[in-house]
Amino acid sequence: MPFIPVILWTDALIYLLLALVVLFAWYVRGRPHLAAPWKRVAQSRSGMVAATVLAAYLVVGLFDSIHFRLPLEGNGAKRVYSVEALSVLDVLVTPLRSRVEKTYSAPLAAYSFAKETVQLPDGKEIREFPRLKYGGANLRDPAQQRFADITRRVFYSLMLAALAWIVIAAMVVRLAAMRRQGNFRGTAIALWRGESEIPWNAILTTLGVLMLCTFPVAILSEHYHVFGTDKVGQDVLYLSLKSIRTGLIIGTLTTLVMLPFALAMGIMAGYFRGWVDDSIQYFYTTLSSIPDVLLIAAAVLMMQVFMDSHPQRFPTITERADFRLLFLCIILGVTSWTSLCRLLRGETLKLRELEYIQAAHAFGVSHMRIMARHILPNVMHIVLITVVLSFSGLVLAEAVLTYVGVGVDPSMISFGNMINSARLEMAREPAVWWSLFAAFLFMFVLVLAANLFADAVRDAFDPRVRVAGGLPEQKR
Amino acid sequence: MINYIIRRVIYAIPILIGVNIITFALFFVVNTPDDIARMQLGVKRVTPEAVANWKHEHGYDRPLLYNASAQGMSRFTDTIFYRKSVKMFAFDFGLSDDGRDIAYEIRTRMGPSLAIAVPVFVIGLLVNISFALLIAFFRATYLDFWGVVLCVAMMSISGLFYIIGGQYLVSKLWNLVPISGFDFGLDMPKFVILPVVVGVIAGIGSGTRWYRTIFLEEINKDYVRTARAKGLSEIRVLFKHVLNNAMIPILTGVVVIIPLLFLGSLITESFFGIPGLGSYTIDAINSQDFAVVRAMVFIGSVLYIVGLILTDISYTMVDPRIRLV
Repeated sequence: MPFIPVILWTDALIYLLLALVVLFAWYVRGRPHLAAPWKRVAQSRSGMVAATVLAAYLVVGLFDSIHFRLPLEGNGAKRVYSVEALSVLDVLVTPLRSRVEKTYSAPLAAYSFAKETVQLPDGKEIREFPRLKYGGANLRDPAQQRFADITRRVFYSLMLAALAWIVIAAMVVRLAAMRRQGNFRGTAIALWRGESEIPWNAILTTLGVLMLCTFPVAILSEHYHVFGTDKVGQDVLYLSLKSIRTGLIIGTLTTLVMLPFALAMGIMAGYFRGWVDDSIQYFYTTLSSIPDVLLIAAAVLMMQVFMDSHPQRFPTITERADFRLLFLCIILGVTSWTSLCRLLRGETLKLRELEYIQAAHAFGVSHMRIMARHILPNVMHIVLITVVLSFSGLVLAEAVLTYVGVGVDPSMISFGNMINSARLEMAREPAVWWSLFAAFLFMFVLVLAANLFADAVRDAFDPRVRVAGGLPEQKR
Repeated sequence: MINYIIRRVIYAIPILIGVNIITFALFFVVNTPDDIARMQLGVKRVTPEAVANWKHEHGYDRPLLYNASAQGMSRFTDTIFYRKSVKMFAFDFGLSDDGRDIAYEIRTRMGPSLAIAVPVFVIGLLVNISFALLIAFFRATYLDFWGVVLCVAMMSISGLFYIIGGQYLVSKLWNLVPISGFDFGLDMPKFVILPVVVGVIAGIGSGTRWYRTIFLEEINKDYVRTARAKGLSEIRVLFKHVLNNAMIPILTGVVVIIPLLFLGSLITESFFGIPGLGSYTIDAINSQDFAVVRAMVFIGSVLYIVGLILTDISYTMVDPRIRLV
């Protein structure tokens, strides 16, 4: 085999989650009462714009979640494999990963940020800004040519983006025309005016803007460091792309690991009441009375001690970092499941008095079955709203926790680590702003999209909004 | 009322015992004191003597729960659990792992923490509620729409960005106030103003949106329509009726935070170099001083429970329908 696959815990879980989502979507398809709120999400303009952006992030994150180890040398049985686990994304952006400069360089620069002593051919030494090894290496005289070269490339990439967008838009219109059995021109006008159930005009516009932004970056990154390089000369764009996976995993796996506990405990407490309720309430009140940061800090510190005293369990750095990431997800889940549990308990208390549950009792349906078949489906909207609402907060929390020193492993590329290692750079003269800028920009877009999507989901699923009738904007 | 408070305080005891057991389990059972000692000593090859020595110095060389070699009551008191965990109930935190008195540190560091946290809290609350009332007044207009958009955008920005950006702009570019540091007396405003302003701005997005939701929920209720039908002006309706009735949901979220203000803010204090409890905690985490982290966990939960009790009491003040018995 040319490579050995490395299955990290988080990789497996994220694909398990993806499989669950696909399965759920397939299940919902044939059931109109379940599909109805999702239709409302799909009709929400801001929701679909956000979903488009999130999908772009998700693609990057998923590509970054397939790991393997490449062979170093040798053949057949004697082949030696690299200890470094690479992901598909790493391979796709090999140029970004491998073109490492000496130290800082500004975005799109051809010269280094720091002066260096350079030896001239005639033996004299002068202090100057040396040329970068890769950034702008295609230019003979950067001072003259750089601007023209960048303009030319940006122009070329914008044309390419527009072309690609037209192809995609035409395909969408073609499919829509086939569905509504209209002609191409009429459908295109209808979609443009927003006369479709799903706001295709908003989605296509977002896609267009995304492509107009990403194409120039992609094409420029062939010859330049678009977001500059950091202290050790790594391309900041590469670091930002790699950070996406960490953010996505923290945001999604945390809720995945806490969900079973919160569901089981919350429903049981509300359903059985009595001593079960008392003990579960005692348990979550105790947990929630410890301030979150401190509980996370205590747990992560203890896990570090555990990892240091059991080094043989973690053969590679990647696996060690991955274990720490997973543990962070679990402990974040522990701190955040209590509020969901409280909500579920309250809702179950309300539901268990309703007629249909009493009817189920009268028919002799077992407790387990009532909880699983009659209560669980009716509290799922709370779970869903909580899950999407907590995503953006978790992405932001990762940065803060990593800064405090109890976040992800220092060897793992994440927004928090990027900010943490760059926080003193603003004090330099002139300031090195690009690492922070890139980290905050990528994080801001991700969190903003997540927030908007969460709002759309909440508006579609929250019964309080639905009862209010056609004007959810007014009510909220 | 008094009865109620006494009962709530008694209820708090099992929760504090639970917190104590959780921290005890985390710090001493999952990882034995030997592991912690090896970690603290930090070298690859640590001699057993060094470990034993460290444990003796820091009082970790006793049995966990039951000391069979001791006599009488000290079978239970001469243990790690009693010395390190039970004593916390008397707010006796002992020495930190680097040998300083934790209780003394906490007392001296409380002031700087409060000097930042209280203004951020009070000003933030006022600003958020005023903005939310303003947006609620102009509800279903473009001002409302763009206000909410701005809120969502502001809450999507990492808190670290506000701090780093604020320090860069105000302290480095404009040279208005020192970047970091702290001093009591006349110099204090100079050091306090930037963290406070940054803290307030960082909270505007989520705060305003949250209060707006609360106000809009109230505005759609019947009593508001009645008030309008009586011919009251919209401003009077908002300030006299809606604000008063929105106090309960507002208090639910707000009062519980007040005691926790003592703990300060980890991030703000560490960025601005303020010698408060937040930076104390961060330092403890970074130097892996478990005694301090343990003490802070305990204090944090005590303050949280105090906050819950205060919340209940505050309900009776704003809502005459609620009686605590």
